[in-house]
Amino acid sequence: MTTYSGKSVFGGIAIGKLCVWQKKESRIRRVRIEDPDEEMERFERAKKEAAAQLKDLYDKALREVGEVNAAIFEIHQMMLEDGDYNESVENIVRTQRVNAEYAVASTADNFAGMFAEMEDDYMKARAADVRDISERLIAVLSGTGSPVTVSDEPVIIVADDLAPSETVQLDKDKVLAFVTVHGSPNSHTAILARTMGIPALIGTDIPLERQMDGKPAVVDGAGGCVYVEPDEDFLDKMREKQREELDRKEMLQTLKGKESVTVDGKKVLLYANIGSLRDLSAAMENDAEGIGLFRSEFLYLESEDFPTEEEQFLVYKTAAETMAGKRVIIRTLDIGADKKCDYFGLEPEENPALGLRGIRICLTRTEVFKTQLRALFRASAFGKIAVMYPMIISVEEVRRIKELAEEARRELAAEGTPFGMPEQGIMIETPAAVMMSRELAKEVDFFSIGTNDLTQYTLAIDRQNPRLDAFYDPRHPAVLRMIAMTAANAHLENTWVGICGELAADTELTEAFLKMGIDELSVSPGSILPLRKKVRETKLSGS
Amino acid sequence: MREFQYIVTDNEGIHARPAGELVKLAKTFASDVKVVKDGREADCKKIFALMGLGAKKGSELSFVITGEDETEACEELEKFMRENL
Repeated sequence: MTTYSGKSVFGGIAIGKLCVWQKKESRIRRVRIEDPDEEMERFERAKKEAAAQLKDLYDKALREVGEVNAAIFEIHQMMLEDGDYNESVENIVRTQRVNAEYAVASTADNFAGMFAEMEDDYMKARAADVRDISERLIAVLSGTGSPVTVSDEPVIIVADDLAPSETVQLDKDKVLAFVTVHGSPNSHTAILARTMGIPALIGTDIPLERQMDGKPAVVDGAGGCVYVEPDEDFLDKMREKQREELDRKEMLQTLKGKESVTVDGKKVLLYANIGSLRDLSAAMENDAEGIGLFRSEFLYLESEDFPTEEEQFLVYKTAAETMAGKRVIIRTLDIGADKKCDYFGLEPEENPALGLRGIRICLTRTEVFKTQLRALFRASAFGKIAVMYPMIISVEEVRRIKELAEEARRELAAEGTPFGMPEQGIMIETPAAVMMSRELAKEVDFFSIGTNDLTQYTLAIDRQNPRLDAFYDPRHPAVLRMIAMTAANAHLENTWVGICGELAADTELTEAFLKMGIDELSVSPGSILPLRKKVRETKLSGS
Repeated sequence: MREFQYIVTDNEGIHARPAGELVKLAKTFASDVKVVKDGREADCKKIFALMGLGAKKGSELSFVITGEDETEACEELEKFMRENL
């Protein structure tokens, strides 16, 4: 058994034969031509044919791997039409009186070189796109075509790197894994592997030799290793691991689209916690029923000055539209303590966890807060947004927030700017808010219990301090009673209640939470399906 | 001539997909559309040149539009940038 290692792009175990991918090396001959006009006509015809091939590839990719992955072939069509690219080809044909194949190859070298020299890794990887369309043109010009066939049985593809048109022409049922010597995490092979959900390694030190072809091998995607000619014991171990993974994956897949409901019919909403727009896709993939906590801090932390109303509006609107009618709970600015922004000019504090943070900043700097509220209300016209305020300790704070919200609403109405009024709720993350929960519930539409801070404030334990680990119990009965009390008080006032801290994902507590009457659990996207599984296995009555 | 400035806010910058869409949009206008970044100029109707600018999050771009439909082009392009990049 020989082991080669690479960089993991996607996890999973694949067991099968290696198939060494041989790129067809089409050697390009420089041929002198007599009639440049005729040669350019030949080039134009080839371009038309290449564009038609790309159109077919686009349609095929659209069906098999979705719009996002198919888009590259539309871009390739545009690249074929690029003015500079075409000018360069024509120049070479006319001034050097050479064949179109040679002109295309020279142009490809120049353009690919330009991308390869760029600083950005993503742009560097685009050199492959230039080569890809150029190879396609050359194949059409020289009449070699490019049908790609792999063997009949599914194989592990081993290649230097694969061009997008090569990856899409592969029969997806026949590919177990990708192992490439080069390539980057942004390369199409990597993107495709993630979409197909099959193991993939890049930057692997495996030799691309003919004699590797057909050898039995195991790819451990997560571990970043390929084992060639493994012995029986090892194979058995990997087969077992593969079976476990498959079972888990299949089980979770079957839960997509299913309701999160207990055996005896109690329904709970399973939402996702996200920190930026980029996390939305993970939420969707894992079948989130809504967004339970969209932390708006990134807008402030990634910025060098206060984000404008327009910038914020676009972000919130995108989130609302992406979730298409599902609830998106956006938490207003929660900086201070561990999350700081220089441009706020906040004084250093002795005890930031108990300092000027969250809603306290918003109520001190009302102009900053109102900008955010206006953006949120405007975005509410485009979907089901709910707004949630952090770090509340008193009814007075909530009333003050509602006054400011009303001011923002009136301004928008007076300006004639379209807006909607979202549901409004508060985070329950201080013991004070728990004790006042009955009164607070009268003021708002919903509660969301932030267990991370609530635990820290209830137990008086700094979670960042490892020396306190021995004293720290995340399931401390005091915290659980706080949650139960909050839920009971909320329901007395017809206010619904969710949990959005780490504790929400703890499946040992799911049954207890449901018994308390928690209406919604918001967890990281990857925890949604396991949690749905747990809910569907839970029986509340008679136990 | 019409002109507008734009600072890229998208985390990925002007990568292949939005560049393609931007070129497609620019081509619908008769006007000449130039994008300038750090003194380097690119024709907005040419995808390689546009991608070659290497515009990333935070890059300051100016769009210079000249031609018969410049007013409309300027509006539409600015709208596209704001909504997508």
